[in-house]
Amino acid sequence: MRWTHWINFPVLALMIWSGLLIYWANDVYTITLGGRTLIRFFPEWFYQLLHVPHRLAEGMAFHFLFMWFFMLNGFLYVLYTIFSGAWRELLPNRHSFKEAWLVLLHDLHIRKTIPPQNKYNAAQRIAYTAIIIMGIGSVATGLAIYKPVQLYWLCWLCGGYHFARILHFALTIGYVLFFVIHVVQVMLAGWNNFRSVVSGFEVEERSFDHLKTEDRATGKP
Amino acid sequence: MQQANHKKNKPELTVQQKINRRNFISFTTFFVVGGALFGGWKWLYHAPEETPGITAGASKPLRRALNKTELFFRRIFSNNHPVKTYPKRMAAKQVRVNGDIGIDDKGFNPQTWQLAVIKSQKETLQLSLDEIRALPKSDLVFDFKCVEGWDQIQHWAGVKFSDFIAHYGLQDQARMQYVGMATPNEEYYVGLDMASALHPQTLLAYEMNEQPLRPEHGAPLRLIIPVKYGIKNLKRIGTISFSNERPPDYWAEQGYDYYSGL
Repeated sequence: MRWTHWINFPVLALMIWSGLLIYWANDVYTITLGGRTLIRFFPEWFYQLLHVPHRLAEGMAFHFLFMWFFMLNGFLYVLYTIFSGAWRELLPNRHSFKEAWLVLLHDLHIRKTIPPQNKYNAAQRIAYTAIIIMGIGSVATGLAIYKPVQLYWLCWLCGGYHFARILHFALTIGYVLFFVIHVVQVMLAGWNNFRSVVSGFEVEERSFDHLKTEDRATGKP
Repeated sequence: MQQANHKKNKPELTVQQKINRRNFISFTTFFVVGGALFGGWKWLYHAPEETPGITAGASKPLRRALNKTELFFRRIFSNNHPVKTYPKRMAAKQVRVNGDIGIDDKGFNPQTWQLAVIKSQKETLQLSLDEIRALPKSDLVFDFKCVEGWDQIQHWAGVKFSDFIAHYGLQDQARMQYVGMATPNEEYYVGLDMASALHPQTLLAYEMNEQPLRPEHGAPLRLIIPVKYGIKNLKRIGTISFSNERPPDYWAEQGYDYYSGL
């Protein structure tokens, strides 16, 4: 699980970057409210900063190479969570949506009481399941706009060529937002938590005079 | 802890030592693998450009990846996957013009234009527009897709390329793997895999919105191949040829995928 997580990070970054090179060629999306354009995707300075312009062919070539790694890695992750039983700790259950609200209130320092924490709390369960659904959504909408004729049924399922492209774009923005929140949460969770995502175990201090390791992820890559 | 279990007389590691050891192994692996991946990326990003030929402008590994990916997606290509069609009223009145490469020469005379179909090294068919117009006409209203990301519902009409092949007895040529098409001045040219060319919605078009083609849209005769991006939809066809090798392709020489299929 750690492996797929760390492989996903650079692969997704490259998919977003190469996607940007493609999107630039027809950058039509804006957020408009009451006739006023609030956000234009993307402003010229942003493109210049990342050297985006006039690299469509290169962007497509990278995008259609790394899509294989993105799909394979996601597939392995899902397979692993199913067969290891890790899905039990990751899928939201019937309490999760109520509890996630408490987690949010707690994280925003509105409520003092700590909601139930297992390996993943309710908000994490929802977030980590949602990100997998988003990944599947990105693959589906991506394939729908990549082969809209041969995969016409997929294009239809994704609401047609236009809608699929909008979804594909929106999901990408979603990853960026997820990433920001994710990194902030990781920083708040501290070094020991981060270390465990690399090494696979967490150190827990007990009320004894010496330390004990609690192997929460033994044998779980 | 299992204090009695001394192996090879080594002193028992303390818990803290165990933690340190596992951390060290994990982080070393993390940085070594991470460094290797980063090195791999640097190599890919700075990989030398392919030797210019039928394709050019992409780096060697990326071109290889494009070609491999083409092979995969060719397997799901089928004539039974028709391009979605729309009612005529949905077709754009102002049809987008995105380029004039190969059709920007001043001296072109559509009246004397003839289509050259190179059957073999010895035999070339010369066809006038009237002869082509005499063949059965097919209408197609479909969503034209550009590699840049825009698309537009457009209405075209002409003869199906498969009907054209059958009418002029080009079955032998159609057993070859590729079709090449070029503008009369040979400045724009495309290569098409035969399966895509023979798709039942591939047209040699001479009408747009029920009017004869205008010069900027590729008069007198252009290719409309809806299973490909716009870059393959050659305007003002001058010659058609057949080959078992990939024919030259303008955009494949600029780093784009040769197949560019939808």
